[in-house]
Amino acid sequence: MQFALLIYESPEAFSSRKSRENDTYISAWRAYHKALFESGAFVAGDPLEVPETGTTIRIRDGKRGIQDGPYADTKEQLGGFTIVDLPSLDAALEWAARCPAASYGVVEVRPLAPEVRRRVVE
Amino acid sequence: MTDTSEELARRTIERVARESYGRLVAYLSVNTRDLAAAEDALSEALLRALTTWPRDGVPQNPEAWLLTAARHAVIDTVRHQQVVSSNEPTLQLLREDIVDPTLSTRFPDERLKLLFVCAHPAIDPNLHTPLMLQTVLGLDAARIAAAFLISPKTMGQRLVRAKTKIRDGGIRFEVPDDKELPQRLDAVLEAIYGAFGIGWDDMLGVDQQGQNLAQEAIWLARVLLQLMAEDAEVRGLLALMLHCEARRAARRDRDGRYIPLSQQDPKQWSPALIEEAERHLAEASKRARPGRFQLEAAIQSVHAERARSGQTEWTAIAQFYRQLIRIWPTLGARTGYAAALAEANGAEQGLAVLDAIEPDQVVGYQPYWAVRAHLLQCLAKGVEASIAYDRAIGLAEDPAIREFLLKKKG
Repeated sequence: MQFALLIYESPEAFSSRKSRENDTYISAWRAYHKALFESGAFVAGDPLEVPETGTTIRIRDGKRGIQDGPYADTKEQLGGFTIVDLPSLDAALEWAARCPAASYGVVEVRPLAPEVRRRVVE
Repeated sequence: MTDTSEELARRTIERVARESYGRLVAYLSVNTRDLAAAEDALSEALLRALTTWPRDGVPQNPEAWLLTAARHAVIDTVRHQQVVSSNEPTLQLLREDIVDPTLSTRFPDERLKLLFVCAHPAIDPNLHTPLMLQTVLGLDAARIAAAFLISPKTMGQRLVRAKTKIRDGGIRFEVPDDKELPQRLDAVLEAIYGAFGIGWDDMLGVDQQGQNLAQEAIWLARVLLQLMAEDAEVRGLLALMLHCEARRAARRDRDGRYIPLSQQDPKQWSPALIEEAERHLAEASKRARPGRFQLEAAIQSVHAERARSGQTEWTAIAQFYRQLIRIWPTLGARTGYAAALAEANGAEQGLAVLDAIEPDQVVGYQPYWAVRAHLLQCLAKGVEASIAYDRAIGLAEDPAIREFLLKKKG
Protein backbone atom coordinates (compact mmCIF):
# COMPACT_ATOMS: atom_id res chain seq x y z
CA MET A 1 0.00 0.00 0.00
CA GLN A 2 1.37 3.39 -0.90
CA PHE A 3 1.24 6.46 1.31
CA ALA A 4 2.38 10.02 0.87
CA LEU A 5 4.21 11.57 3.78
CA LEU A 6 3.46 15.26 3.36
CA ILE A 7 5.97 17.39 5.20
CA TYR A 8 4.93 20.77 6.52
CA GLU A 9 7.57 23.14 7.78
CA SER A 10 7.73 26.53 9.46
CA PRO A 11 9.55 29.51 7.88
CA GLU A 12 12.42 28.93 10.36
CA ALA A 13 12.87 25.36 9.16
CA PHE A 14 12.87 26.53 5.54
CA SER A 15 15.58 29.08 6.30
CA SER A 16 17.74 26.53 8.15
CA ARG A 17 18.04 24.61 4.89
CA LYS A 18 20.26 27.31 3.46
CA SER A 19 22.72 27.97 6.26
CA ARG A 20 25.79 25.84 5.63
CA GLU A 21 26.73 25.69 9.31
CA ASN A 22 23.44 24.09 10.31
CA ASP A 23 24.57 20.66 9.35
CA THR A 24 22.13 18.82 11.62
CA TYR A 25 19.17 19.67 9.39
CA ILE A 26 20.69 18.16 6.26
CA SER A 27 22.48 15.34 8.10
CA ALA A 28 19.30 14.22 9.84
CA TRP A 29 17.42 14.23 6.54
CA ARG A 30 20.20 12.37 4.78
CA ALA A 31 20.23 9.66 7.47
CA TYR A 32 16.45 9.38 7.40
CA HIS A 33 16.40 9.04 3.64
CA LYS A 34 19.09 6.37 3.75
CA ALA A 35 17.30 4.36 6.41
CA LEU A 36 14.04 4.59 4.49
CA PHE A 37 15.75 3.58 1.26
CA GLU A 38 17.57 0.65 2.88
CA SER A 39 14.31 -0.62 4.37
CA GLY A 40 12.89 -0.92 0.87
CA ALA A 41 9.88 1.33 1.60
CA PHE A 42 11.02 4.38 -0.36
CA VAL A 43 9.21 4.93 -3.68
CA ALA A 44 9.78 8.57 -4.52
CA GLY A 45 10.06 11.95 -2.95
CA ASP A 46 11.50 15.41 -3.17
CA PRO A 47 11.89 18.55 -1.17
CA LEU A 48 10.09 21.63 -2.49
CA GLU A 49 11.49 25.13 -2.89
CA VAL A 50 10.45 27.70 -0.27
CA PRO A 51 6.75 28.72 -0.31
CA GLU A 52 7.46 32.24 -1.62
CA THR A 53 8.62 30.72 -4.90
CA GLY A 54 5.17 29.29 -5.50
CA THR A 55 2.71 30.82 -7.92
CA THR A 56 -0.97 30.09 -7.59
CA ILE A 57 -3.41 30.13 -10.45
CA ARG A 58 -7.17 29.81 -10.58
CA ILE A 59 -9.72 30.30 -13.34
CA ARG A 60 -13.24 31.32 -12.37
CA ASP A 61 -15.95 32.32 -14.84
CA GLY A 62 -13.29 32.46 -17.51
CA LYS A 63 -11.25 34.95 -15.55
CA ARG A 64 -7.71 34.09 -14.69
CA GLY A 65 -6.49 34.85 -11.21
CA ILE A 66 -2.80 34.60 -10.55
CA GLN A 67 -1.01 35.19 -7.33
CA ASP A 68 2.52 35.04 -5.96
CA GLY A 69 3.08 32.64 -3.14
CA PRO A 70 1.44 29.48 -1.88
CA TYR A 71 -2.26 28.60 -1.99
CA ALA A 72 -2.93 28.54 1.74
CA ASP A 73 -1.85 31.36 4.01
CA THR A 74 -0.71 29.27 6.97
CA LYS A 75 2.42 29.35 9.07
CA GLU A 76 3.45 25.82 8.22
CA GLN A 77 3.78 25.19 4.50
CA LEU A 78 4.27 22.11 2.38
CA GLY A 79 8.02 21.60 2.24
CA GLY A 80 8.31 18.26 0.54
CA PHE A 81 6.82 14.84 0.13
CA THR A 82 7.86 11.22 0.25
CA ILE A 83 5.97 8.29 -1.24
CA VAL A 84 6.42 5.07 0.69
CA ASP A 85 5.25 1.52 0.06
CA LEU A 86 4.35 -0.18 3.32
CA PRO A 87 1.96 -2.89 4.50
CA SER A 88 -0.20 -0.67 6.70
CA LEU A 89 -1.01 2.77 8.01
CA ASP A 90 0.62 1.72 11.30
CA ALA A 91 3.91 1.12 9.51
CA ALA A 92 3.59 4.42 7.64
CA LEU A 93 3.00 6.28 10.91
CA GLU A 94 6.12 4.67 12.33
CA TRP A 95 8.19 6.07 9.48
CA ALA A 96 6.43 9.43 9.75
CA ALA A 97 7.43 9.62 13.42
CA ARG A 98 11.07 9.01 12.50
CA CYS A 99 10.96 11.80 9.92
CA PRO A 100 13.06 14.73 11.17
CA ALA A 101 10.19 17.11 10.38
CA ALA A 102 7.92 15.33 12.87
CA SER A 103 9.84 16.91 15.74
CA TYR A 104 9.92 20.47 14.38
CA GLY A 105 7.05 20.61 11.89
CA VAL A 106 4.15 18.36 10.93
CA VAL A 107 4.03 15.18 8.87
CA GLU A 108 0.71 14.19 7.36
CA VAL A 109 0.28 10.59 6.25
CA ARG A 110 -2.15 10.19 3.39
CA PRO A 111 -2.87 7.01 1.40
CA LEU A 112 -2.51 7.35 -2.36
CA ALA A 113 -5.71 6.73 -4.30
CA PRO A 114 -4.85 3.91 -6.73
CA GLU A 115 -8.50 3.44 -7.78
CA VAL A 116 -8.84 7.05 -8.89
CA ARG A 117 -5.44 6.77 -10.58
CA ARG A 118 -6.60 3.72 -12.51
CA ARG A 119 -9.70 5.55 -13.78
CA VAL A 120 -7.64 8.54 -14.83
CA VAL A 121 -4.78 6.69 -16.45
CA GLU A 122 -6.62 3.96 -18.31
CA MET B 1 -22.47 25.86 45.89
CA THR B 2 -19.12 27.40 46.75
CA ASP B 3 -15.92 27.23 44.80
CA THR B 4 -14.26 25.14 47.46
CA SER B 5 -16.94 22.47 47.64
CA GLU B 6 -16.91 22.29 43.86
CA GLU B 7 -13.15 22.04 43.86
CA LEU B 8 -13.23 19.38 46.58
CA ALA B 9 -15.84 17.37 44.71
CA ARG B 10 -13.87 17.59 41.48
CA ARG B 11 -10.66 16.50 43.16
CA THR B 12 -12.40 13.63 44.90
CA ILE B 13 -13.90 12.47 41.63
CA GLU B 14 -10.49 12.57 39.99
CA ARG B 15 -8.93 10.62 42.82
CA VAL B 16 -11.68 8.02 43.06
CA ALA B 17 -11.76 7.68 39.28
CA ARG B 18 -8.04 7.09 39.23
CA GLU B 19 -7.89 4.67 42.13
CA SER B 20 -11.14 2.84 41.61
CA TYR B 21 -11.69 2.86 37.87
CA GLY B 22 -10.27 -0.59 37.25
CA ARG B 23 -11.91 -2.05 40.36
CA LEU B 24 -15.30 -0.74 39.31
CA VAL B 25 -14.99 -1.81 35.67
CA ALA B 26 -13.77 -5.24 36.73
CA TYR B 27 -16.59 -5.72 39.18
CA LEU B 28 -19.26 -4.47 36.79
CA SER B 29 -18.10 -6.69 33.95
CA VAL B 30 -16.94 -9.84 35.72
CA ASN B 31 -20.25 -11.60 35.16
CA THR B 32 -21.57 -9.83 32.08
CA ARG B 33 -18.17 -9.85 30.28
CA ASP B 34 -19.40 -6.62 28.72
CA LEU B 35 -16.50 -4.21 29.20
CA ALA B 36 -17.92 -1.51 26.94
CA ALA B 37 -21.20 -1.43 28.87
CA ALA B 38 -19.35 -1.30 32.18
CA GLU B 39 -17.18 1.57 30.98
CA ASP B 40 -20.13 3.49 29.59
CA ALA B 41 -22.02 3.03 32.83
CA LEU B 42 -19.06 4.15 34.89
CA SER B 43 -18.46 7.24 32.82
CA GLU B 44 -22.12 8.11 33.19
CA ALA B 45 -21.81 7.64 36.94
CA LEU B 46 -18.75 9.90 36.98
CA LEU B 47 -20.65 12.54 35.02
CA ARG B 48 -23.51 12.32 37.50
CA ALA B 49 -21.05 12.69 40.35
CA LEU B 50 -19.74 15.86 38.75
CA THR B 51 -23.17 17.47 38.98
CA THR B 52 -24.35 15.92 42.25
CA TRP B 53 -21.35 15.98 44.55
CA PRO B 54 -20.64 19.72 44.43
CA ARG B 55 -24.32 20.32 45.29
CA ASP B 56 -24.93 17.65 47.92
CA GLY B 57 -21.42 17.13 49.19
CA VAL B 58 -19.08 14.22 48.58
CA PRO B 59 -20.72 10.97 49.74
CA GLN B 60 -19.17 9.10 52.62
CA ASN B 61 -18.17 6.18 50.44
CA PRO B 62 -17.57 7.67 46.99
CA GLU B 63 -16.65 4.34 45.44
CA ALA B 64 -19.89 2.68 46.57
CA TRP B 65 -21.86 5.68 45.35
CA LEU B 66 -20.24 5.36 41.90
CA LEU B 67 -20.91 1.64 41.82
CA THR B 68 -24.59 2.12 42.59
CA ALA B 69 -24.92 4.91 40.04
CA ALA B 70 -23.11 2.82 37.42
CA ARG B 71 -25.40 -0.13 38.07
CA HIS B 72 -28.46 2.02 37.59
CA ALA B 73 -26.96 3.25 34.33
CA VAL B 74 -26.44 -0.31 33.10
CA ILE B 75 -30.01 -1.26 33.96
CA ASP B 76 -31.35 1.85 32.23
CA THR B 77 -29.38 1.06 29.09
CA VAL B 78 -30.51 -2.54 28.96
CA ARG B 79 -34.16 -1.50 29.51
CA HIS B 80 -33.85 1.19 26.91
CA GLN B 81 -32.60 -1.30 24.36
CA GLN B 82 -35.61 -3.49 25.11
CA VAL B 83 -33.54 -6.60 25.00
CA VAL B 84 -34.43 -7.48 28.53
CA SER B 85 -35.05 -11.14 27.93
CA SER B 86 -31.60 -11.93 26.63
CA ASN B 87 -30.03 -9.79 29.31
CA GLU B 88 -32.15 -11.04 32.17
CA PRO B 89 -29.28 -12.87 33.90
CA THR B 90 -27.21 -9.71 33.68
CA LEU B 91 -29.99 -7.61 35.11
CA GLN B 92 -30.54 -10.05 37.88
CA LEU B 93 -26.88 -10.00 38.82
CA LEU B 94 -26.80 -6.26 38.83
CA ARG B 95 -29.98 -5.93 40.84
CA GLU B 96 -29.01 -8.38 43.52
CA ASP B 97 -27.41 -6.10 46.00
CA ILE B 98 -28.46 -2.80 44.58
CA VAL B 99 -30.75 -2.11 47.55
CA ASP B 100 -28.05 -2.85 50.06
CA PRO B 101 -25.47 -0.08 49.95
CA THR B 102 -23.41 -1.58 52.77
CA LEU B 103 -22.81 -4.66 50.70
CA SER B 104 -21.38 -2.66 47.87
CA THR B 105 -18.86 -0.91 50.10
CA ARG B 106 -16.89 -4.11 50.31
CA PHE B 107 -17.16 -5.46 46.82
CA PRO B 108 -14.44 -7.89 45.79
CA ASP B 109 -11.43 -6.80 43.76
CA GLU B 110 -11.76 -8.51 40.38
CA ARG B 111 -8.93 -6.67 38.67
CA LEU B 112 -6.73 -9.72 38.45
CA LYS B 113 -9.32 -11.46 36.30
CA LEU B 114 -9.61 -8.33 34.22
CA LEU B 115 -5.84 -8.23 33.66
CA PHE B 116 -5.90 -11.84 32.49
CA VAL B 117 -8.80 -11.10 30.15
CA CYS B 118 -6.94 -8.15 28.61
CA ALA B 119 -3.92 -10.36 27.90
CA HIS B 120 -5.95 -13.40 26.83
CA PRO B 121 -4.39 -15.54 24.07
CA ALA B 122 -7.54 -15.08 21.96
CA ILE B 123 -6.94 -11.31 21.85
CA ASP B 124 -4.42 -9.84 19.40
CA PRO B 125 -1.20 -9.39 21.42
CA ASN B 126 -0.86 -5.86 20.05
CA LEU B 127 -4.04 -4.98 21.89
CA HIS B 128 -3.16 -6.41 25.28
CA THR B 129 -1.54 -3.22 26.53
CA PRO B 130 -4.12 -0.81 25.04
CA LEU B 131 -6.95 -2.84 26.57
CA MET B 132 -5.31 -2.74 29.99
CA LEU B 133 -4.65 0.96 29.81
CA GLN B 134 -8.26 1.59 28.91
CA THR B 135 -10.16 -0.81 31.15
CA VAL B 136 -7.95 -0.85 34.23
CA LEU B 137 -6.69 2.72 34.20
CA GLY B 138 -9.44 4.49 32.29
CA LEU B 139 -7.18 6.06 29.65
CA ASP B 140 -9.07 7.28 26.60
CA ALA B 141 -8.51 5.84 23.15
CA ALA B 142 -7.01 9.06 21.77
CA ARG B 143 -4.25 9.09 24.39
CA ILE B 144 -3.55 5.40 23.89
CA ALA B 145 -3.47 5.92 20.12
CA ALA B 146 -0.88 8.69 20.46
CA ALA B 147 1.30 6.52 22.68
CA PHE B 148 1.13 3.62 20.25
CA LEU B 149 1.49 5.78 17.17
CA ILE B 150 -1.75 4.49 15.70
CA SER B 151 -4.50 6.69 14.29
CA PRO B 152 -7.09 7.47 17.00
CA LYS B 153 -9.93 6.18 14.85
CA THR B 154 -8.15 2.88 14.19
CA MET B 155 -7.26 2.43 17.85
CA GLY B 156 -10.87 3.09 18.84
CA GLN B 157 -12.15 0.52 16.35
CA ARG B 158 -9.63 -2.10 17.44
CA LEU B 159 -10.54 -1.66 21.09
CA VAL B 160 -14.25 -1.95 20.30
CA ARG B 161 -13.65 -5.14 18.31
CA ALA B 162 -11.56 -6.65 21.10
CA LYS B 163 -14.28 -5.90 23.65
CA THR B 164 -16.92 -7.44 21.41
CA LYS B 165 -14.80 -10.55 21.18
CA ILE B 166 -14.45 -10.68 24.96
CA ARG B 167 -18.22 -10.33 25.38
CA ASP B 168 -19.34 -12.70 22.64
CA GLY B 169 -16.37 -14.99 22.26
CA GLY B 170 -16.73 -16.91 25.48
CA ILE B 171 -13.61 -15.46 27.09
CA ARG B 172 -14.02 -16.17 30.78
CA PHE B 173 -13.20 -13.74 33.56
CA GLU B 174 -11.09 -16.02 35.67
CA VAL B 175 -7.64 -16.52 37.07
CA PRO B 176 -6.07 -19.35 35.03
CA ASP B 177 -5.37 -22.64 36.76
CA ASP B 178 -1.86 -23.63 37.82
CA LYS B 179 -1.11 -25.40 34.59
CA GLU B 180 -1.90 -22.39 32.44
CA LEU B 181 -0.86 -19.71 34.87
CA PRO B 182 2.83 -19.23 34.00
CA GLN B 183 2.17 -18.66 30.32
CA ARG B 184 -0.88 -16.50 30.90
CA LEU B 185 0.95 -14.43 33.49
CA ASP B 186 3.81 -13.87 31.02
CA ALA B 187 1.33 -12.21 28.68
CA VAL B 188 0.08 -9.92 31.46
CA LEU B 189 3.63 -8.96 32.45
CA GLU B 190 4.59 -8.44 28.83
CA ALA B 191 1.62 -6.09 28.33
CA ILE B 192 2.50 -4.03 31.39
CA TYR B 193 6.13 -3.84 30.28
CA GLY B 194 4.91 -2.78 26.84
CA ALA B 195 3.30 0.29 28.38
CA PHE B 196 6.48 1.03 30.28
CA GLY B 197 8.61 0.77 27.15
CA ILE B 198 6.51 3.35 25.37
CA GLY B 199 6.57 5.67 28.35
CA TRP B 200 10.30 5.20 28.61
CA ASP B 201 11.00 6.19 25.02
CA ASP B 202 8.65 9.11 25.25
CA MET B 203 10.62 11.55 27.37
CA LEU B 204 8.28 14.42 26.64
CA GLY B 205 5.11 12.38 26.75
CA VAL B 206 3.85 13.67 30.05
CA ASP B 207 0.28 14.77 29.62
CA GLN B 208 -1.77 17.29 31.58
CA GLN B 209 -2.25 14.93 34.48
CA GLY B 210 1.53 14.65 34.72
CA GLN B 211 1.29 10.94 34.14
CA ASN B 212 3.60 9.27 31.74
CA LEU B 213 2.79 5.77 30.52
CA ALA B 214 5.86 4.53 32.39
CA GLN B 215 4.25 5.62 35.64
CA GLU B 216 0.96 4.03 34.59
CA ALA B 217 2.82 0.76 34.00
CA ILE B 218 4.41 0.93 37.44
CA TRP B 219 0.94 1.50 38.87
CA LEU B 220 -0.35 -1.58 37.04
CA ALA B 221 2.54 -3.68 38.32
CA ARG B 222 1.83 -2.54 41.87
CA VAL B 223 -1.81 -3.56 41.46
CA LEU B 224 -0.70 -6.93 40.14
CA LEU B 225 1.72 -7.36 43.02
CA GLN B 226 -1.06 -6.70 45.54
CA LEU B 227 -3.00 -9.50 43.90
CA MET B 228 -0.09 -11.91 43.33
CA ALA B 229 2.43 -11.11 46.05
CA GLU B 230 3.97 -14.58 45.83
CA ASP B 231 5.12 -14.40 42.24
CA ALA B 232 8.83 -13.75 41.68
CA GLU B 233 8.48 -12.44 38.13
CA VAL B 234 5.86 -9.86 39.12
CA ARG B 235 8.39 -8.49 41.58
CA GLY B 236 11.11 -8.79 38.96
CA LEU B 237 9.10 -6.66 36.55
CA LEU B 238 8.37 -4.03 39.18
CA ALA B 239 12.06 -3.95 40.19
CA LEU B 240 13.13 -3.56 36.57
CA MET B 241 10.76 -0.65 35.95
CA LEU B 242 11.64 1.09 39.22
CA HIS B 243 15.37 0.86 38.43
CA CYS B 244 14.82 2.47 35.05
CA GLU B 245 12.42 5.06 36.40
CA ALA B 246 14.99 6.00 39.06
CA ARG B 247 17.19 7.40 36.27
CA ARG B 248 14.58 9.49 34.49
CA ALA B 249 15.97 12.83 35.64
CA ALA B 250 19.52 11.88 34.67
CA ARG B 251 18.71 11.03 31.06
CA ARG B 252 18.73 14.61 29.81
CA ASP B 253 20.89 17.59 30.65
CA ARG B 254 19.49 21.02 31.41
CA ASP B 255 19.25 21.85 27.70
CA GLY B 256 17.37 18.65 26.92
CA ARG B 257 20.39 16.88 25.45
CA TYR B 258 20.48 13.09 25.67
CA ILE B 259 22.90 11.51 28.16
CA PRO B 260 23.64 7.78 27.75
CA LEU B 261 23.52 5.63 30.87
CA SER B 262 27.29 5.26 31.15
CA GLN B 263 27.69 9.05 31.30
CA GLN B 264 24.83 9.78 33.67
CA ASP B 265 25.56 11.37 37.02
CA PRO B 266 24.46 8.79 39.64
CA LYS B 267 23.76 11.63 42.05
CA GLN B 268 20.76 12.40 39.87
CA TRP B 269 19.30 8.94 40.25
CA SER B 270 16.51 8.48 42.75
CA PRO B 271 17.85 6.60 45.81
CA ALA B 272 14.30 5.90 47.00
CA LEU B 273 13.27 4.16 43.77
CA ILE B 274 16.55 2.23 43.58
CA GLU B 275 16.09 1.05 47.14
CA GLU B 276 12.54 -0.06 46.45
CA ALA B 277 13.69 -1.89 43.31
CA GLU B 278 16.43 -3.67 45.24
CA ARG B 279 13.97 -4.72 47.92
CA HIS B 280 11.64 -6.31 45.36
CA LEU B 281 14.53 -8.00 43.58
CA ALA B 282 15.85 -9.47 46.84
CA GLU B 283 12.36 -10.64 47.76
CA ALA B 284 11.97 -12.22 44.32
CA SER B 285 15.28 -14.08 44.51
CA LYS B 286 14.13 -15.76 47.74
CA ARG B 287 11.63 -17.67 45.63
CA ALA B 288 14.54 -19.21 43.69
CA ARG B 289 12.54 -19.06 40.46
CA PRO B 290 14.61 -16.92 38.11
CA GLY B 291 12.94 -15.47 35.07
CA ARG B 292 13.28 -12.98 32.30
CA PHE B 293 12.23 -9.90 34.28
CA GLN B 294 14.36 -10.76 37.31
CA LEU B 295 17.39 -11.09 35.00
CA GLU B 296 16.67 -7.77 33.35
CA ALA B 297 16.21 -6.18 36.76
CA ALA B 298 19.51 -7.73 37.88
CA ILE B 299 21.25 -6.07 34.91
CA GLN B 300 19.80 -2.71 35.95
CA SER B 301 20.80 -3.43 39.53
CA VAL B 302 24.44 -3.79 38.46
CA HIS B 303 24.20 -0.44 36.69
CA ALA B 304 22.73 1.11 39.83
CA GLU B 305 25.69 -0.18 41.81
CA ARG B 306 27.82 2.52 40.17
CA ALA B 307 26.19 5.05 42.50
CA ARG B 308 28.08 3.35 45.34
CA SER B 309 31.21 1.93 43.74
CA GLY B 310 31.85 4.51 41.06
CA GLN B 311 32.31 1.86 38.38
CA THR B 312 30.26 -0.54 36.28
CA GLU B 313 30.83 -4.29 36.49
CA TRP B 314 30.45 -5.00 32.80
CA THR B 315 31.50 -8.63 33.19
CA ALA B 316 28.57 -9.23 35.55
CA ILE B 317 26.20 -7.47 33.15
CA ALA B 318 27.43 -9.57 30.21
CA GLN B 319 26.95 -12.68 32.34
CA PHE B 320 23.33 -11.76 33.14
CA TYR B 321 22.69 -11.06 29.44
CA ARG B 322 24.04 -14.50 28.56
CA GLN B 323 21.53 -16.06 30.95
CA LEU B 324 18.80 -13.83 29.63
CA ILE B 325 19.46 -14.83 26.00
CA ARG B 326 19.17 -18.47 26.97
CA ILE B 327 15.55 -18.00 28.06
CA TRP B 328 14.61 -14.84 26.17
CA PRO B 329 16.58 -14.51 22.91
CA THR B 330 15.17 -11.21 21.71
CA LEU B 331 16.86 -8.66 19.50
CA GLY B 332 17.03 -6.30 22.46
CA ALA B 333 18.75 -8.85 24.68
CA ARG B 334 21.28 -9.75 21.99
CA THR B 335 22.06 -6.11 21.30
CA GLY B 336 22.43 -5.42 25.02
CA TYR B 337 24.74 -8.41 25.33
CA ALA B 338 26.90 -7.14 22.49
CA ALA B 339 27.25 -3.73 24.14
CA ALA B 340 28.07 -5.23 27.55
CA LEU B 341 30.53 -7.75 26.12
CA ALA B 342 32.29 -4.98 24.22
CA GLU B 343 32.72 -2.99 27.43
CA ALA B 344 34.00 -6.06 29.28
CA ASN B 345 36.20 -7.74 26.67
CA GLY B 346 36.67 -5.23 23.87
CA ALA B 347 34.72 -3.98 20.88
CA GLU B 348 35.68 -6.87 18.60
CA GLN B 349 33.85 -9.43 20.71
CA GLY B 350 30.78 -7.20 20.88
CA LEU B 351 30.81 -6.76 17.12
CA ALA B 352 31.01 -10.52 16.64
CA VAL B 353 27.75 -10.87 18.60
CA LEU B 354 26.10 -8.28 16.37
CA ASP B 355 27.44 -9.94 13.22
CA ALA B 356 25.77 -13.19 14.25
CA ILE B 357 22.30 -11.58 14.08
CA GLU B 358 20.49 -12.15 10.77
CA PRO B 359 20.57 -8.89 8.75
CA ASP B 360 16.86 -8.94 7.84
CA GLN B 361 15.97 -8.85 11.55
CA VAL B 362 17.67 -5.52 12.14
CA VAL B 363 16.46 -3.47 9.17
CA GLY B 364 14.28 -1.30 11.40
CA TYR B 365 15.86 -1.87 14.81
CA GLN B 366 17.51 1.37 15.86
CA PRO B 367 19.48 0.22 18.96
CA TYR B 368 21.34 -2.38 16.89
CA TRP B 369 22.65 0.30 14.54
CA ALA B 370 23.55 2.66 17.38
CA VAL B 371 25.60 -0.03 19.16
CA ARG B 372 27.13 -1.19 15.88
CA ALA B 373 28.17 2.33 14.95
CA HIS B 374 29.74 2.87 18.36
CA LEU B 375 31.73 -0.39 18.22
CA LEU B 376 32.95 0.25 14.68
CA GLN B 377 34.05 3.69 15.77
CA CYS B 378 35.96 2.17 18.70
CA LEU B 379 37.72 -0.11 16.19
CA ALA B 380 38.59 2.91 14.02
CA LYS B 381 36.54 1.60 11.09
CA GLY B 382 35.44 5.08 10.08
CA VAL B 383 33.61 4.38 6.84
CA GLU B 384 31.56 1.48 8.17
CA ALA B 385 30.86 3.37 11.40
CA SER B 386 29.57 6.31 9.41
CA ILE B 387 27.15 4.08 7.48
CA ALA B 388 25.88 2.50 10.70
CA TYR B 389 25.50 5.92 12.32
CA ASP B 390 23.36 7.06 9.43
CA ARG B 391 21.08 4.07 9.89
CA ALA B 392 20.83 4.71 13.65
CA ILE B 393 20.12 8.40 13.09
CA GLY B 394 17.58 7.73 10.36
CA LEU B 395 15.69 5.23 12.50
CA ALA B 396 15.67 7.43 15.60
CA GLU B 397 12.42 9.05 16.56
CA ASP B 398 13.62 11.10 19.50
CA PRO B 399 15.27 14.33 18.28
CA ALA B 400 17.59 14.36 21.33
CA ILE B 401 18.95 10.93 20.42
CA ARG B 402 19.26 12.00 16.79
CA GLU B 403 21.35 15.02 17.82
CA PHE B 404 23.48 12.91 20.13
CA LEU B 405 24.29 10.42 17.38
CA LEU B 406 24.93 13.15 14.81
CA LYS B 407 27.48 14.66 17.17
CA LYS B 408 29.11 11.30 17.88
CA LYS B 409 29.31 10.53 14.19
CA GLY B 410 31.24 13.79 13.76
